[in-house]
Amino acid sequence: MSRGVAFYILGRFLQSVMVLWIIVTMLFLLFRLAPTNPMASYIDTEFTEEQEAAIMARFGLDKPLGEQYIIYLVNLLKLDLGDTFHYAGKSVLDILGNDLPNTIYLTLTSLLLAYAVGVLGGIVMAAMRGRMIERVGTTFTLMTRAAPQFWVGMLLLTFFAFQLKLLPSSGIGPPMVRYRWETEWDKLLSPVFWRHMILPTFTLALYLHGLPLLLMRSNMLEVLDQDYVTMSRLAGYSEWRVMIQTAARNAMLPVLTALTLGIGYSIGGNVVIEHVFSWPGLGRTLVRAVQQADYPLAQGAFFLIAVIIVFMNFIADILYSLLDPRVGASAQAQVS
Amino acid sequence: MTIQQEASVRGEPPRKATMQFRQGSALRQLWETNLEVFQRDKMALFGLFIFAVFTIVAVFAPQIAPNDPLEPLKNNEGDWIKDAMPYWLAEPGADVAKGYTNSFLLGTTNIGRDIYSQLIHGSRSALLVGFSAAAAVAVIGTVVGLLAGYYGGWVDAILMRAADVAFGIPFIPFIIVISAFLDPSIWNVVVAMAALLWRDTGRVIRSQVLVIKEQAFVSAARVSGASNLRIIFVYIAPSILPLSFLYGSFAIAWAILTEASVSFLGFSDPDTISWGFMLQDAFNSLALSREAFYWIVPPGLCIMLTVMAGFFIGRGYEEVLFPRLRRM
Repeated sequence: MSRGVAFYILGRFLQSVMVLWIIVTMLFLLFRLAPTNPMASYIDTEFTEEQEAAIMARFGLDKPLGEQYIIYLVNLLKLDLGDTFHYAGKSVLDILGNDLPNTIYLTLTSLLLAYAVGVLGGIVMAAMRGRMIERVGTTFTLMTRAAPQFWVGMLLLTFFAFQLKLLPSSGIGPPMVRYRWETEWDKLLSPVFWRHMILPTFTLALYLHGLPLLLMRSNMLEVLDQDYVTMSRLAGYSEWRVMIQTAARNAMLPVLTALTLGIGYSIGGNVVIEHVFSWPGLGRTLVRAVQQADYPLAQGAFFLIAVIIVFMNFIADILYSLLDPRVGASAQAQVS
Repeated sequence: MTIQQEASVRGEPPRKATMQFRQGSALRQLWETNLEVFQRDKMALFGLFIFAVFTIVAVFAPQIAPNDPLEPLKNNEGDWIKDAMPYWLAEPGADVAKGYTNSFLLGTTNIGRDIYSQLIHGSRSALLVGFSAAAAVAVIGTVVGLLAGYYGGWVDAILMRAADVAFGIPFIPFIIVISAFLDPSIWNVVVAMAALLWRDTGRVIRSQVLVIKEQAFVSAARVSGASNLRIIFVYIAPSILPLSFLYGSFAIAWAILTEASVSFLGFSDPDTISWGFMLQDAFNSLALSREAFYWIVPPGLCIMLTVMAGFFIGRGYEEVLFPRLRRM
C-alpha cells in the first residue's frame, strides 16, 4: 500500500468521524425540539414536585442545553446511551444489544441470498439479451423494486402463514422456546428461529435482488464489448467460459461495492419489514420508541443505525479505491 | 436514484457516463429532449400515461368515488356494513341476506368504510406527495449542484460535506422522527425528503457543471461581462435541466414509496386517506388472518403502478441523456 493510499484512507476516516459528529449534534438538537415533554409519559401524576425534580436530575434534564450537550457527547464516547424511559432498570445499550444481532441475521442472510440470485440473474439476463425471457425477467425485477416491501410481506404472510398455515406469522420464536435461548449461539442453532426467518428473509431478498441484478446485467453488457472478451472468444473458449470466467469476474467489482453499501443502508431501511413481521430488531425498536416518546431509546437506535451506515460507507469507499486505483487518485484530487 | 448511483460510493455518477449536450436556446433544448424521451421510449410513454390516468382520478376523486372514504356505511336497517365482500366475490344472494343497500366493488373495511372509495381518494396524497417531493428534491439538488460546481473552493467544500452528512443519515428513521415531532401532515414526508434526497441530484449535477463550465460559450459569456449568477442560471442551468428531470422522475417513485411506508408505520395524518394508510388499517385490523385479499391487494397494486411509472420515465431520460448506458 502506497503512502498516497494510506493518506487517502486516513483522510476518509477523519471525514467519517466529522460526519458522525455533525449527525450526533443534529440528533441532539432534533430530540430537544420534540413537542411533548419527554417526562410526560414517565412521571406519574401522583409524584411530588421533589420526586419529579429528582427524576429530571437523574436524566440530566434540569441542566442548561449547552451542558446537556457536553454530557451527551462525553457519554456517547463512553458508549453510555443512557436509560430508557419505558423499560425500567434497563439501559438503552442493553436493549439495542439484544436487537442488533436479530437485525444483522436478517439483513446479512437476505443480502447474501439477494446478491447470489442477483449476480447469477444478471449474467443470465446479459446472455439472453434481446430475447423474450430477458424482457420478462427485467420487468419482473423492476416490479419487485416498485412494490412496497411491507405490502409484499403482507401478501406472503396472508398466503403462507394464514391461508396455508405453513410458516409462523411473527417474531423470532414462540415465547417458551425463546425463553430457553441463553446465548446467541443457541438461537442460531435452533430450527425454530430459522423457520421464523424464512418469510422476512424472502421478502427482503426479493426487494434487494433488483440492484445487483440490474447492475450486473449492465456491467456484463459493458464488459462483453471489451477487446479481451473478444480475444477469449477468438481463442475458442466456450461461450459459458467467456461469460463466467472472463466477463463476470470483471463485472463483479461494482457489485461488491454495492453490497458493502447495501449492508449499511439495509440495516437502516429494515424498519418496515421488521414492523410487518414483528421482528425484534433495531428498526422495530426505533418505531416503538418514537411512538412511546421513549427518547433516549429512539435516539440510541438512530445513533447506532447512523454509525453503521457511516462506517459501511467508509469501508465501501476504501474498498473501491483499493480495487480501482484510478478512483483513489481522482478522489484524492477532489478532496485536496 | 439511478441503479448506477445507488451502487456507487456517496452517490457519485458513473465515470463513463458523459452527458450528451445540445445546442440552441434553453427552452428548445428542453423541449427536444423531452420529445425524444417519449418518442424513443415506449415504456416512458406508458409511465406518462399511468400518471395521466391517476392524475385525472385524483382531480375528480369526489365525483368518481361512490361514497365518503372515511364514513362508515349503514344499510337500510341502520346496521354498519362491516367486512362486506366485493360483490363479485360474495356468494349470490349474500347481499340480500345481509340487507345491503349497495354492492361494493372492493368490499368494505372492518368498520364499514368503502374500500373502493378509499382507493380513489388515496391517489390524491400519493400524487401530491410524489410530485411536490420530487420538485423540491430536483430544485434543491439542481441549485446545490450548480453553485458547488461553478464556484468550487469553499462553497463546493461546504456543500459536498453537507451531502456527505445527508448520506450518513438513515432515511426512513429520519422521516419517522420528523413526522412524529411535527403535527401529522402529509407535508412532513415532503420536508424530510427534501432535506435529505437532494444529495444524489446535487452530486451528479455538480460533476456535469464542472464539464460545462469549461466550454467556450461560458468563457464567452464571462468575457462579455455577464455576472456569475447570470452565467449560472442563464447559460449553464438550461443544459443540465434534463438531468434534473431525470432525477425528478426517480424522486417521484421514491417519494410515493416512502410516503406509503411512513403511513403504513402509522406516522401519517389519520384524517387523510392514502394507500399506505389503507394497508396500515388492513394490517392492524387483522385483515391478513381473515385472508381479505380484496382489501390488501388493490392499494399495493396502485403504489406499484405509480412507482413503476416514475422508474419508466426516469429510465427513458437516462437512455437519451447517457447513450453509453443505453443498453441498461
